[in-house]
Amino acid sequence: MALLTAADVRAALADLPDPELPVVSIGELGILDRVELHERSIRVELRPTFVACPATELIRSAVEERLADLVPDATPDVTLVFDPPWTSDRISPAGRAKLAAAGIAPPLDPEPGGLITLDVIVPCPYCGSRRTRLDNAFGPTLCRTIRYCADCRQPFEHLKTL
Amino acid sequence: MSTVNPAALGDLLLALADDDFVIGFSDSEWTGIAPILEEDVAMSSIAQDEIGHARAYYELLAELTGGDADAIAYDRPPEAFRHARLLDHGRGDWAMTIARRYLYDTADAVRLEALAGSSHRPLAALVAKIRREEVYHLLHAETWLERLAAAGGEPEARLRAALALLEPDATSVLAPLESEAELLSAGLLTDPSAELVATWLARIRPVFERLGLPLPRADLPAPDRARREHGDAFRWLWGEFTSVRRLDPVAVW
Repeated sequence: MALLTAADVRAALADLPDPELPVVSIGELGILDRVELHERSIRVELRPTFVACPATELIRSAVEERLADLVPDATPDVTLVFDPPWTSDRISPAGRAKLAAAGIAPPLDPEPGGLITLDVIVPCPYCGSRRTRLDNAFGPTLCRTIRYCADCRQPFEHLKTL
Repeated sequence: MSTVNPAALGDLLLALADDDFVIGFSDSEWTGIAPILEEDVAMSSIAQDEIGHARAYYELLAELTGGDADAIAYDRPPEAFRHARLLDHGRGDWAMTIARRYLYDTADAVRLEALAGSSHRPLAALVAKIRREEVYHLLHAETWLERLAAAGGEPEARLRAALALLEPDATSVLAPLESEAELLSAGLLTDPSAELVATWLARIRPVFERLGLPLPRADLPAPDRARREHGDAFRWLWGEFTSVRRLDPVAVW
């Protein structure tokens, strides 16, 4: 087997699907951060979307499993980092498109000054209408709100701006 | 990693962790029985956040002491918990839960602002992240405080009764820890408790005045009263949240 570089390993890890939203990868969500190869170990930094996200541990396990396949001789060192914190604008354009295609409206840009507010119009990911309303600022997971489109009459979820 | 005063840092982390853990677990009891479906979802989500925040603080404490976060959370007797007395009250009815959440979240927001500049870098970084998530909790608490107060009749009466019951313990969240002097001199905390309480009251005063609710008094409990002497409601809750662990403390989940 050819020697792998940190970039090779990173690319392999970036493809891992998010356990909760498998249409997108941890790379596209901006969860995967640094990958550093050391003499006998490999350090991977993961940036959790929400501190309490229960998928984080599943992602950590998936990363460790893939590292065991790719670089079995290196000791894995998978760490969670909060500095700087994950923000929803770390989701890549490809990730945003895939979320929308799955019926989950991607996060909006934060207000100027970084203010988080609920008073925003989220276009419907199905029909594009702006005649949508917020049904719940909380949803089935920490990262999603529940909304409703008055035009195509479907509920949809929206990834919270954070 | 700060080694300037690990005992004081440990006190701080334990208080932060126990506060979020106790209110998180307590509010999680609404799952399945909240007054309306959307609030079942909301309160479950908020409670999950709080427990996750608690876990992150317990992990920082575990790094400091060389211990294990699960052991810290689950293996202490009730008298060893250091959460604020405000959170000793059970979740009660919906009005009590909202009143408790409002008083807690607004005080916690002031506390977290003060910790954003902590000399312990890992704590400052975690707090910066947590503050962004807490914005959604604050919006929820404010919305419901207003909704109940403005409704008149039974909702308003229950809210007033809840606030009256909680009022003597309202400042316990921001009361000084026993190691406050050390925390301030080490820069782990950047503002003294008295200032935090003043900031908190100034911030909630306009809301309480607008809604015609009595503002909590500024009296601070002594450090040994703010976070010790937990009552029967908490002992019952402790029995609940440790019940699985106590069945088999060495089980691997």
